[in-house]
Amino acid sequence: MVTIEAQVRQFVIENFLFGRSDVMLNGDTSFLESRIIDSTGVLELVNFLETTYGIEVEEEEMDPANLDSLERIATFVGKKQARG
Amino acid sequence: MANEDGSLWLVHGGEIFNHVELRHELELRGHRFSTHSDSEIILHQYEEDGDGCLERFNGQWAFALWDERRQRLLLARDRLGVRPLFYARADGGIVFASEMKALFAHAGISREIDPAALRQVFTFWAAVAPRTMFRDVSELPPGHTLVLEKGSESLRQYWRPSYPGSFDPRERRPTDGEHAAELLDLLKGAVHLRLRSDVPVACYLSGGLDSTLTAALAVRQAGHPLETFSIRFTESEYDEGAWQDEASARLGTPHHSVWCRPEDIGRVFPDVIWHAETPIMRTAPAPLFLLSRLVREAGFKVVITGEGSDEILGGYDIFKETKIRHFCARRGESLIRPALLRRLYPYQPRLQRQSMAYLRAFFHARPEDLDRPFFSHLPRWSLAPSLTAFFSDDVKQAMKGSDPVVDLEQWLPHDYAGWHYFCQAQYLETSLLLPGYILSSQGDRMGMAHGVEGRFPFLDPRVVDFAAELPPWVKMRGLEEKHVLRLAAEGLVPETIRRRTKQPYRAPEAVSFFDPATGRARFPYVDELLSEEGIRRCGVFSPKSVSLLVKKVREGRAPGVRDGMALTGILSAQLWLQQFGKDFAARGEGRRDGDD
Repeated sequence: MVTIEAQVRQFVIENFLFGRSDVMLNGDTSFLESRIIDSTGVLELVNFLETTYGIEVEEEEMDPANLDSLERIATFVGKKQARG
Repeated sequence: MANEDGSLWLVHGGEIFNHVELRHELELRGHRFSTHSDSEIILHQYEEDGDGCLERFNGQWAFALWDERRQRLLLARDRLGVRPLFYARADGGIVFASEMKALFAHAGISREIDPAALRQVFTFWAAVAPRTMFRDVSELPPGHTLVLEKGSESLRQYWRPSYPGSFDPRERRPTDGEHAAELLDLLKGAVHLRLRSDVPVACYLSGGLDSTLTAALAVRQAGHPLETFSIRFTESEYDEGAWQDEASARLGTPHHSVWCRPEDIGRVFPDVIWHAETPIMRTAPAPLFLLSRLVREAGFKVVITGEGSDEILGGYDIFKETKIRHFCARRGESLIRPALLRRLYPYQPRLQRQSMAYLRAFFHARPEDLDRPFFSHLPRWSLAPSLTAFFSDDVKQAMKGSDPVVDLEQWLPHDYAGWHYFCQAQYLETSLLLPGYILSSQGDRMGMAHGVEGRFPFLDPRVVDFAAELPPWVKMRGLEEKHVLRLAAEGLVPETIRRRTKQPYRAPEAVSFFDPATGRARFPYVDELLSEEGIRRCGVFSPKSVSLLVKKVREGRAPGVRDGMALTGILSAQLWLQQFGKDFAARGEGRRDGDD
C-alpha cells in the first residue's frame, strides 16, 4: 500500500519541484526553509489533501506545524482521518 | 555634429529639455550657435564645464563626445536611465549603440549568452548594468560616464538616488500642504519643459493618479486638449477603462484605446522580446508594445506619461508591504500586527485565503530579518531559487558558488545602511527595476519599437531630488500611498481617481500562451520552443522540469505568481535564444556578411 507520505512526496515533486533533483526531500525537510512552497502552493497542497483523502482543512489548521514537511502532513492527515 | 572648429564631435540620442535656458546662458558667455538643436547645447556646455556639463542638463540622453584635442571619448547617459547606451570592445577599440543588436554588425562581437545575467533576470527581473544578457556587451549604467583617454578607461558615477541619513519627526518641517504645493510647482515646471517639441505631443492615460495628473497639467499648459491613449483589457481584473473614461471626459481629451486580449499578448510576444533584447519575467511589456503602435498609427511620436512616480513617491505595493513587515517584525510576538498582512494585495484572492502563520512565513516578517540589507525585497527575491531551478545542469554548474543577492551587496552605496528602511526600498526600486525593466523593457524598447518617445515629468531631476528629501510618512500616510501627491492633485483630477487605491499595472500571463478551455498552445512557436526537443536544443533549461511545468499549465493547475513567472521567463528566454541565435540573420536587422 502506498503511504500518505509517498503520495504527497510524488505530488510535491511534480507540482512544486518540477522534478528537480537538487533539493533533498526527506521526511522532515521544511517546505518553507527549502523554499519549496509559495503562497499559492499552500492552497494547492491543501486542495490536494482534501480531494485525495476526503478531509476538510480548517483555516486554523493551515499552519506550518501541520503542513511544513512530509512527516507533519502524514501525521496531520492520519489524525484527521481517524477523527473523520 | 561638430563644434565651430571641429575639435568636438557628438553623437546624441534623446533630449535636453532645458536647452532654451542653457542656450541663453551660453550666448551671454559668448558662445555662438549654428543650429537650434538641443544637441548643440551639449557641445557648448562641454566647452564651458567639461564633464560637469552633465549636471546642467535636464533631460533624457545618451551621447558620445569625441574631444579631438585631448584625444578623449566621453560616453554619458542620463541620471535615471531613460535612454539606453550599450558598448563592446572590438579590434582594440570600442563600439557603441542605443540597441545591442546594432553592435553585432561588427564581426568581432559575439552574441554568446552570459548565464550570470540570465540568473539576474530570473532574480531581479533585469540584468544589473553594466552586465547584459550578452557576454560581450556592456550597458553604461544610469548616471554614469565612461571615458576612454590615452589607452585608459574609467567608469564614473556622476549621479545616483540619495536620501537623508535620518528624519527627526520632532524637527520643524513644512506642513504636508506646503510640501504638496512645492511638489505641484515642480511638476508644472517639469511638464512645461517636456512639452517642448517639434512634433505634436500626446499623453498616456492609464486611469491612475500619476498619468491623470501629468495629462491634466499638460492639457492646461498646452492650452488645448491633447490626445490621450490607453490600454483596455478584455479580462476585467486588469482593466481600468472606467477610470480612463472618467479622466478623459474631465480633461476633455480626444481619447484612443487599444483592446488587449490574452491572445494579442501571445501574438506579439516574439516581437516584444526582439525589441527588449532580454528575457522578461512578466508579459506586461506586450500591451505597451500594442499601445505604442496605436500612438504611432494616430500620427504621434512623443507621449508624456506618469512613469517614475511610484518609485520616487512610494506608490508600489512593495513599499506598503515593507512598512507592514517592518511593523510586524519589530514586535515578533504580536498576534494582532500580522493581521495587517492581509491588507496587502487585495487583488490576489489566493493570498487573502492564507492563514496568519503562513503569511508571516512568506513575508519574512521576523525580527531577525530587520537588519538584512535587502529586507524590503526578501519576499520577492526569495522566489528566485525556485525559478532558477528550471535551469539545465550545465547552466547550474556554470553558476555554482555564486549568489546574485549576496553579490549585489557590493553594488550598494556606502551610505545605504544609514538610510530609513523605506528609502532603502526606494533605492532598490529606483536603481534596479526602474532602469532595468520599467524604463527599458516596458518603456523605451516598447515605445521605440514604433518610434514613440516617452517623456516622464516625475523623473525631472528637480522633482526626483525634492521627493528624495521628503520623510517617508509624507509619501505614505498610514497605508495610503503617494499621500503628498494626492494632496497636490486636488482640484486637478477627478476625486474618484485622486482617492482610489493604486491598481498595479499587470497583464495576463499563462492564458496569453495557452487556451484555458482546451489546454492547447495558442501559437505554434509556444509548442515548438517549450517542447522537450526545443528546450534540449537551446540547452539552458531542464527539459524534464519544463515539461512538468507545461503539463501543469495545460491542465489549468498553475494559477500562482511563481508558476506564471516561470512560464513567461522560460518562454521569453527561449525566444531570446532563438532570435539572437540561429534566427538572428533572418530577422533582417543586424545582418552582417558571413553571419551563419
